[in-house]
Amino acid sequence: MRGRCLAALILSLAWPAGVTEARDLTVGSKAFTESVVLGEMIGHLARDAGAIVLHHRQLGGTRVLWDSLVLGEIDVYPEYTGTIANEILVGEGLEDEDAVRAALGARGIVMTRTLGFNNTYAIGMREGTAAKLGIETISDLRGHRDLAFGFGNEFMDRGDGWPSLRNRYRLPQRDVTGLDHDLAYRGLAGGSIDAIDVYTTDAAIEYYGLRLLEDDLGHFPVYNAVVLYRAELESSQPAVVAAIRRLEGLIDETAMSDMNAQVQHERLSETRVAADFVAEKLGLVAEVREQGWLAQLWRNTADHLVLVAISLSAALVISIPLGIVAARRRRLGQAILAVVGIIQTIPSLALFVFMIPLLGIGGPPAMMALFLYSLLPIVRNTYAGLSDVPPDLRESAEAMGLPPGARLRLVELPMAGRAILAGVKTSAVINVGTATLGALIGAGGYGQPILTGIRLDDVGLILSGAVPAALLALLVQGLFEIAERVVVPRGLRLKPVE
Amino acid sequence: MFDLKNVSKKFGDLVAIDDLDLDVEGGRTTVFIGPSGCGKSTLIRVLMGLIPPDLGMVRFEGTEVNAETAPLLRRKMGYVIQGGGLFPHLTAGENAALMARFLGRPRAETAARLIELATLVQLPEDALGRYPAQISGGQRQRVALMRALMLDPDVLLLDEPFGALDPIVRYRLQTDLRDIFRELGKTVVMVTHDIAEAGFFGDLLVLLRDGQVIQKGPIEQLVHAPAEAYVDEFISAQRTLLDCLEEVPE
Ligand SMILES: Nc1ncnc2c1ncn2[C@@H]1O[C@H](COP(=O)(O)OP(=O)(O)OP(=O)(O)O)[C@@H](O)[C@H]1O
Ligand SMILES: [Mg+2]
Repeated sequence: MRGRCLAALILSLAWPAGVTEARDLTVGSKAFTESVVLGEMIGHLARDAGAIVLHHRQLGGTRVLWDSLVLGEIDVYPEYTGTIANEILVGEGLEDEDAVRAALGARGIVMTRTLGFNNTYAIGMREGTAAKLGIETISDLRGHRDLAFGFGNEFMDRGDGWPSLRNRYRLPQRDVTGLDHDLAYRGLAGGSIDAIDVYTTDAAIEYYGLRLLEDDLGHFPVYNAVVLYRAELESSQPAVVAAIRRLEGLIDETAMSDMNAQVQHERLSETRVAADFVAEKLGLVAEVREQGWLAQLWRNTADHLVLVAISLSAALVISIPLGIVAARRRRLGQAILAVVGIIQTIPSLALFVFMIPLLGIGGPPAMMALFLYSLLPIVRNTYAGLSDVPPDLRESAEAMGLPPGARLRLVELPMAGRAILAGVKTSAVINVGTATLGALIGAGGYGQPILTGIRLDDVGLILSGAVPAALLALLVQGLFEIAERVVVPRGLRLKPVE
Repeated sequence: MFDLKNVSKKFGDLVAIDDLDLDVEGGRTTVFIGPSGCGKSTLIRVLMGLIPPDLGMVRFEGTEVNAETAPLLRRKMGYVIQGGGLFPHLTAGENAALMARFLGRPRAETAARLIELATLVQLPEDALGRYPAQISGGQRQRVALMRALMLDPDVLLLDEPFGALDPIVRYRLQTDLRDIFRELGKTVVMVTHDIAEAGFFGDLLVLLRDGQVIQKGPIEQLVHAPAEAYVDEFISAQRTLLDCLEEVPE
């Protein structure tokens, strides 16, 4: 709790305007177009009911959204009944909708009625391949053991995903790759993958000319779209709840895949598509404010810089002393080095998700994760730099009668300066790169356009995040080269005369 | 000045100093001499409290040297480590003035002292502004000596100050240094394994072997009244120019 207050304080001082502004409703959405469109729709309706709304778009996965909702980091997000039963509340043996509602209610969460469409999983193949092999149902796959499958990472892990599908249909295929869902489409189009998992409202079905295989054994559960929101909204903002509930039964499969296609293939913004839909269905006039690319670039740059600056400064303040302790106390030093080393091996998304219960979503958990990743290079180099001070120089300093603190300040740290700086430089460059993942938990930055670009298969958009991130890394590198001239004493940069 | 009683120091199984008693008198130059590895450097470190002895006691001007007293006592000792030990990130002048600066001595006073010492050790003044990497080996030794003399210590301890110098520089520095010691009248403890050098400097020679004192006395005594055969052996083991000439066939 203390950490959270501290983070909130730092945040309010440093986080770019827009995130800390007063707001009534925080919406979340998952990292795929349909969820973002639904999130925007919720936003339009809530704004129409007078609320100030913030939308954290394309957060990294069900776990991130659900944890955030339960913790109150977000108030509402679109979800699917199948995901709730098979993933979020898995293992609770919930038989029917009432049981699900009761289980959600116990956690302070309310589920709306279905929004009107069932977005379930399906297995899709290129029409041409499927026709040639005569595959119409999932059972038909059993006769073609050489087919290559590429499934989204989420599908690989889900309770109702690949493992149980394979068991249910006794599928023999061995060439099964887990990869990003949007990359799977490209593999399919390129021919390296024969079958993928798709959503039934997917815009890509039309676009890539996919045949959806019939789920002849009825394996996939129903994924009716619903909205989950925090129960307290009913008393605190009844008008907003009523507005959100206007979505119930409003959207059918065709309407949804239409909207998905408008975003994916006609390149309309989710905001625009959602606004057009509520205008047409509910006669609601939604204001669409779209940022120009320059404003967006600026915003992403500001977010990114704040992430890097805060996490890196904190890492500097903590890890140089840690490195000093490590060099002075051998035993403790080994322990410190082991711990910061282990932190480095935690996959970034996992670390980001660990931070959510402690720090919520957005900037603070991302900064904390980046801070932790920045420790190792600085601690290790400080330790190495100090340990490498030649023993005769250490003895000279001691023999002069300098006390330990003064020896450190006047002799050992300056001599280790180059090594320490190299560590900071490594940390900074890694930090700039890793910060792009912060977008997965709503921290913004250059990861935002990268995520959107991957989702929309838009190389230009990906580059609009990746290029500035690379330039920033180069800039940081350059700044540290300059800093080296200041920090590393001139006497250490000379070659001996003899 | 220094007074050692039953001092022993082991590194693991290796006995570096073996139950050693020694009196180092003030106002004179005492030279520790002996073969490589006999414990000369270790003995100097024990004198300064840089290494605590395993057994026995070291006193400096009547005060016991231990972890508590050593840091302050060391300000009355000037130490030139084997190899000089100059800090590469500081200029020659900054090296010499480091301790004075740390103690907050007035800048003008320190600057004047630097000039005075540079003159004494015959270091060109412009070398003060250069880094150790930019001056010659002999000059580095002179700077190391300046650094040791900066706070006007009661005693100077020098560990092979001429170790890595060529013969001409070495000869000049030896002469300069002896003049300086005479001029200052300081207590000097010096380490060498060169018998000629020991005789040149030392009022008193202390010949060591395996951490023990074999003989203690002026050079004449070691030459004319060796305490045991080893002393003779050690002295005659040092080849002189004349030996070389004698060996050349006619
Ligand atoms: N810190 C240490 N750890 C272990 N052994 C040491 C250490 N310091 C010295 N020794 C050993 O103790 C013995 C005495 O070393 P010392 O440095 O005093 O020799 P020295 O007489 O100064 O030799 P040299 O003339 O080569 O400088 C040597 O055998 C050396 O290897
Ligand atoms: Mg030695």
